[in-house]
Amino acid sequence: MIEFRNVSKSYDDGTLAVSDLSLIAASHEITVLVGSSGCGKTTLLRMVNRLVTPTSGQVLIDDVDVADRNPVELRRSIGYVMQNSGLLPHRTTVDNIATVPVLQGTPAREARQRAVDLMETVGLDPSMARRYPWQLSGGQQQRVGVARGLAADPNILLMDEPFGAVDPIVRADLQRELLRIQGELGKTILFVTHDIAEAITLGDKIVIVATGGRIAQQGTPEEIMADPADDFVTSFLGLDEARALHVSGRLVVDPTGRPVGRLA
Amino acid sequence: MNFLVAAWEWLADPVNASGPSGWGARTVEHLWYTALATVIACLIGIPLGYAVGHSHRFRTFIVSSTGAARALPTLGVVTLFGLLLGIGLEAPMLAFVLLALPSVLAGAYAGVEGAPRDAVDAARAMGMTEWQILFRVEAPLGMPLLLGGIRSATLQVLATATLAAYVGAGGLGRFLFLGLKTQNYAMMLASSLVVVGLAIAVDLAFEIVDRLVRRSFPTGVGAAV
Amino acid sequence: MNWILNNVSTITDATWAHVWLALPAIVLSFVVAIPVAWFASRFRRSRFTLLLVAGLIYAIPSLPLFIVLPLILGTSVRSLVNVVAALGLYGVALMVRYAADALDAVSTDALLAATAMGYGPLRRFFGVQLPLAGPALLAGLRVVAVSTVSLVPVSALLGVNSLGMLLTDGFQRGILAEVASGIGATVVVAVAVDLGLVGLGRLLMPWERAAARRDARRTTVEDEQAVAA
Repeated sequence: MIEFRNVSKSYDDGTLAVSDLSLIAASHEITVLVGSSGCGKTTLLRMVNRLVTPTSGQVLIDDVDVADRNPVELRRSIGYVMQNSGLLPHRTTVDNIATVPVLQGTPAREARQRAVDLMETVGLDPSMARRYPWQLSGGQQQRVGVARGLAADPNILLMDEPFGAVDPIVRADLQRELLRIQGELGKTILFVTHDIAEAITLGDKIVIVATGGRIAQQGTPEEIMADPADDFVTSFLGLDEARALHVSGRLVVDPTGRPVGRLA
Repeated sequence: MNFLVAAWEWLADPVNASGPSGWGARTVEHLWYTALATVIACLIGIPLGYAVGHSHRFRTFIVSSTGAARALPTLGVVTLFGLLLGIGLEAPMLAFVLLALPSVLAGAYAGVEGAPRDAVDAARAMGMTEWQILFRVEAPLGMPLLLGGIRSATLQVLATATLAAYVGAGGLGRFLFLGLKTQNYAMMLASSLVVVGLAIAVDLAFEIVDRLVRRSFPTGVGAAV
Repeated sequence: MNWILNNVSTITDATWAHVWLALPAIVLSFVVAIPVAWFASRFRRSRFTLLLVAGLIYAIPSLPLFIVLPLILGTSVRSLVNVVAALGLYGVALMVRYAADALDAVSTDALLAATAMGYGPLRRFFGVQLPLAGPALLAGLRVVAVSTVSLVPVSALLGVNSLGMLLTDGFQRGILAEVASGIGATVVVAVAVDLGLVGLGRLLMPWERAAARRDARRTTVEDEQAVAA
């Protein structure tokens, strides 16, 4: 369980990234932080593994304040997946995946073997093991990123817009894979995105973050869709009048009559 | 053309080539000066450049001090130290180290500083210590730039090492100054050609090393183009 | 200190002589390097060869070049043409690489857009590619200018007047102040030329100042984040 207790973050130039925010992300669930860019959601994520230190407040993992833990050990115990994969360009796929286990002292051969197994878990052909990141497509790089995040078998996985830079079809594919993997592994996942559709697809719980790092609403996708807390959430969800949908035959259409979906 | 012939004859004459003050021995001496100055510059410049590149602090200091060092006329530094330290190797060596330092420093700094932010960020997020980030991520990724810096430092020193003779040290510059004094164009041209040849050989050697380094640290930079 | 006060006119003369050797060489470097760099960036295959040749020229030590060049040009060793040609040769060798990189770095999108709007090759080069490469070209030219100014003194070993004369004369006569003032004046000339180029750049590229401010702000924010991390 990850708990944010009254955390704030302000920078020297006065910008307030997060203000007095409290939040609990339950174990073995995917909690999605969703909000427009610059709302402080990434800052929140990075507080968990101490890449960002809160100006005030605490972040606790299983009731232990992360500030009391050694940052290096803390980070090694938490998986991290980021947008542009952040793969080390001078290392092959397996070596990238094996990074954390090797840092923790696992013998290189063993770590590589496990890395190859993980490649299969995330749906990568093991023949790519010896390739360098720039020899992979964007979607493949992200899969490597996910495998790397899982390599040390962490309880917690932090995902910072991991599928933000790939095209919609690949993104849908990656989302399905993530849900499948989560079904098998049951990690505690904190997932950041600006895409509400992605949040609804993946989240056991959704936290809508408004500009300035304030929680606009939190709940299950059903709760939020059924009962948006205010106008901000309504418009963020695309539920405002101007975009109210209705059914026309088998098609779902918007107020101008344009089809946006089809009934199953 | 007859100058070239004369220069060739000068080089071919065993009297000029062998012995402790022949051009063979002077060439070895010249290379020794170059290597020594470059190694000293690396010992100072690489740690300093890495420190600044990794911490992203004192960047302005590095940029402005390397710029200022480039504006220093080497002949001036050689003669100044010559007057202060007297005739010998110390003065020119100090000047050469000062000359080589900016390039090494800039190469070390730029290589580390220029490592992709994403990769460094990810490395930190995965729990690498700052030392591990420096030596396992930034330094390997910056290797080509560091090598480029060492390369230009070496070539600069190699070229400038001719000035050592002006303040009484050895090297191939001996023949240049002797030739200037005695109006011996064959001697000047011949020794010039040896220096140019050395420079080209060293440059090519670095080119080969550069390719090997790029092969062992394939970062894909430039590969996609 | 006394030496400097007693020899102000010597220093001034040497400074002007220095400037008049350096400036033509710097201009020459730029004017020659641009077409060569254009060729290198336009015809990719020539790039490797041209840059290799430039690299080799730059590898030639200066003193030997000052001595060898007159034999090729047919001038005397002490001729100003010889000195300017030698300095210019280094300048070109250095500038070609910077200029080729600068021209290459111009976004292909901008060039494509220009072509799509109907720019011909020549107008596209002068109207789009060259101005967009401007900041990088200026950065390269500043390095060339400073290294040219600091290279001039070597010509004093051949007997050509410049601030280098203060160095050789001071060394031979054992006058520390003379050597020191030679170094100081050379640095001052280098800084002055450098500032002149920066000013010229502001004049010719007014759009860059806004961009520089924007970049500076962005870097501070990034740095803070890095420090915070």
